[in-house]
Amino acid sequence: MNIIPIDSNINFLRLRHVAMALAIFMLVGTFVLLGTKGLNYALDFTGGTVAELTFEHPADLDELRDKLDAAGYAGAVVQAFGSEMDVMVRLQSSEDAANITQTGDAVLTTLSTPENPATLVRSDFVGPQVGKELAQNGILASVFVMLGFVIYISMRFEWKFAVAAIVTTAFDLIATTGLFALSQREFDLTVMAGVMSVMGYSINDTIVVFDRVRENFKSLHKLNTAEILNRSVNQTLSRTVITSVVALLTVLALYLYGGDSLKGMAESQMFGIVIGTLSSIFIACPLLYWMGASKEDLIPKVRDDAELARRP
Amino acid sequence: MLEYARWKYVVAVLVLLIATIYSLPNLYPQDTAVQISATRGGVVDEALKERVQGVLERSQIDFKAIGFDNNNLLVRLADPNTQIRAADTIRGEVGQGYVVALNLASTVPDWLTRIGADPMLLGLDLQGGVHFLMEVDQKAALETREVGFVDDVRSLLRDNRIGYSAVDRSGSGILIRLREASDRNAVAGLIGREVPQLLIQDGNEPAVLIAQLRETELKTIIDNAVEQNIGTLRNRINELGVADPVVQRQGANRIVVQLPGVQDTAQAKKILGATATLEYRAAVDGNAFDAAQSGRIPSDARLYYERGTNRPILLSRRIIASGDQLVDARSGFDPQSGSPMVSVTLNAAAGARMNEFTRDNVGRFMGVVYIERLPESRIVDGEEIRTTRVTEEVINYARINGVFGRKFQTTGLGSSSEAAELALLLRAGSLAAPVDIVEERIIGPSLGKENIERGWTAVSYAFIFVLVFFIFYYKVFGIVTNIALMLNLLLVVAAMSLIGATLTLPGLAGIALTVGLSVDANVLINERIREELRRGLPPQAAIAEGYDKASGTIWDANVTALLAGVALFAFGTGPVKGFAVTLCLGILTSIYTAVSVSRGVATLIYGGRRKIKRVLV
Repeated sequence: MNIIPIDSNINFLRLRHVAMALAIFMLVGTFVLLGTKGLNYALDFTGGTVAELTFEHPADLDELRDKLDAAGYAGAVVQAFGSEMDVMVRLQSSEDAANITQTGDAVLTTLSTPENPATLVRSDFVGPQVGKELAQNGILASVFVMLGFVIYISMRFEWKFAVAAIVTTAFDLIATTGLFALSQREFDLTVMAGVMSVMGYSINDTIVVFDRVRENFKSLHKLNTAEILNRSVNQTLSRTVITSVVALLTVLALYLYGGDSLKGMAESQMFGIVIGTLSSIFIACPLLYWMGASKEDLIPKVRDDAELARRP
Repeated sequence: MLEYARWKYVVAVLVLLIATIYSLPNLYPQDTAVQISATRGGVVDEALKERVQGVLERSQIDFKAIGFDNNNLLVRLADPNTQIRAADTIRGEVGQGYVVALNLASTVPDWLTRIGADPMLLGLDLQGGVHFLMEVDQKAALETREVGFVDDVRSLLRDNRIGYSAVDRSGSGILIRLREASDRNAVAGLIGREVPQLLIQDGNEPAVLIAQLRETELKTIIDNAVEQNIGTLRNRINELGVADPVVQRQGANRIVVQLPGVQDTAQAKKILGATATLEYRAAVDGNAFDAAQSGRIPSDARLYYERGTNRPILLSRRIIASGDQLVDARSGFDPQSGSPMVSVTLNAAAGARMNEFTRDNVGRFMGVVYIERLPESRIVDGEEIRTTRVTEEVINYARINGVFGRKFQTTGLGSSSEAAELALLLRAGSLAAPVDIVEERIIGPSLGKENIERGWTAVSYAFIFVLVFFIFYYKVFGIVTNIALMLNLLLVVAAMSLIGATLTLPGLAGIALTVGLSVDANVLINERIREELRRGLPPQAAIAEGYDKASGTIWDANVTALLAGVALFAFGTGPVKGFAVTLCLGILTSIYTAVSVSRGVATLIYGGRRKIKRVLV
């Protein structure tokens, strides 16, 4: 069985201008979205309180809102979710970080009555400072991942490959973030983990293609760079597609059966897998081409000199 | 050629066996249980067991088993409802002196536990509980210490007869305003020698010096404050009776507290936030043992018991110094005798009283009482009764060897760990470093249960999707791949159980993703084999070539993916960390299973000297 026809010979490189234009459009779009709408940061990052309560009888949301107002929780958001008995309460982060009455059990005692007792399903309270640090750590982690990539790929391949690989990875990361800015889906810690793991997928795909490029540079001396790049992508195409399909299947399982808290993560990864696959073909290789990667880059110069010296 | 060394098969079988054994404990369900442990004065023995058994039988509460477990009494029960009923009943029966806690008891057979095979720990999101992130108030800790140094500098100047108009705290440090600008250098030298923790800088006027805490001193103060809080939190959590609590330092000044299974968070917070204090009191003549036995206590005295030994001690009703007057307590070694000691610094007022007291009482004894107020709530006849339990213990009882004031040493301690413990308790009683809760997460038990079910369902489906796809796509090599994938999953679970990693919901997502990522190695191999076959290589050679050529790519691809995982682990917190752990483990194990094990399986099928016409891949 084959998904991709044997000996496919598609001229991917020919599409490089279109692909690049699209990529730049996506990048600009992402930055515009991040600048205007921004991400819909969850409480993990903004600080504040979320409490999920289950009441014994259907609850009147307006009445609950009034109760919270009376208790001094200005601007509390009260939503029903699932059934009429399940209520979610959100409180804004208070300037006063030490104000610990902002926590879930405070909400519970405010809203629970003997006639309609409630139980706390889940509650999160995050101080504003903590959230800021989490976001910073995420950005810091991404930077270190990229640095690690550059060092490793420079060592194993060559700097042009390293640059092409991390530009591609950074693009995937930014585009995935852009998706969340566009959809305005809640961006929480788990989603951040998902977005960051996209870097893993992305680099994985790119490395596999580059590995073949390196092999072909070494073995196929007659072909020019464009031909080698095209051939390498074609040769690895069926692997690229199958791996992506299988990875998509597993993430689909997460999306379908993992429950609400994993949905955001699964979405980021589904998008990341697709974009990571496409970018390894349509962005990484053209970048290599434009930077003028050639077989000379991969053959250590010192050895050549030594060989030359040995000749009579 | 397609070969696989015999020793590699042996290794593969051994790996399979070990992985199976260490994954096994995860299959044993946990019993809901009630754990009874002794605190002050309580003894866990046969008599207690009979009492507990008796009260359970009288109240007609069915239990599976009752027995001793690590100095605790453990009652196993059928379900969570009877567990709560049983805990309330037992609490009423045993009373003070015992902590009765809800717990989950392992049903893993002894032989597995003995070889270190334990189930994975479940994160709070999978079993319910409370997570607190507490921040030590650095400012308060530094303030107390700075006030102490102000006293130090003042008495230093007084002792050396150097005139000053003011020594006070200011925004930038301690401001020293001297009468004579000519004393500057002398003062700077004096402070540098006597109070090396301070760094002297010039003020904006000739007669003004500014003393700042040195960087190392700042760090020590904050470290001590965090350590002190961790110590007291641990003590109090023991009082709460929570199974497997986590109390960990996070970063410079934060503490993570995780209490699995705790539902009454308000109560938990009160206990964690309870305050302790100290009192220095003089010893009172009289036989404390007689007084304890007869109950006749001298009118000017109170009867205390010593922490640990339970020795009765009579102390004066008059307090010499109290916890809020204690500036610092550090353990170290006595420079003269080399024995462990604790050096204590009081503030000026308490120092003066101490001086006055010790002048008349050299050779007599003095005791330090540690007082803790723990809020308690009990259900009596359906009504909640909130009370405060006060525990007072003597943590140190020592002879006064000479006259001293603000600074003195407590020596005669048995070991350096005893000294460290005393210093910790003294600091805990000094209220120097309060904590704030900066993050709190509560996960109800039903949500935890739901999460774990959903997580495993997702992992199973991810697995099934992949297995089915491979059989269809690669046929025989699909089976080879699937064997490698299954072993990989087994290895991840075994490795997580072995290193005691905590399984969280994102961690489960990580396992599912590992399945997705680790197939990549197999896909690379299988595609390469196809390619080599198309190039016209004979079947066995094609398989061998496929494995060899793909290995390099797999290595590069996985090392880079691993880099991402490690960075996620290093910078991530909470869910991100759990996700990163499983991701990294999965990548590591998949390199072995995909490159080595699957080759072994393929060799079993296609290897040897047989002629093979066709490879199904």
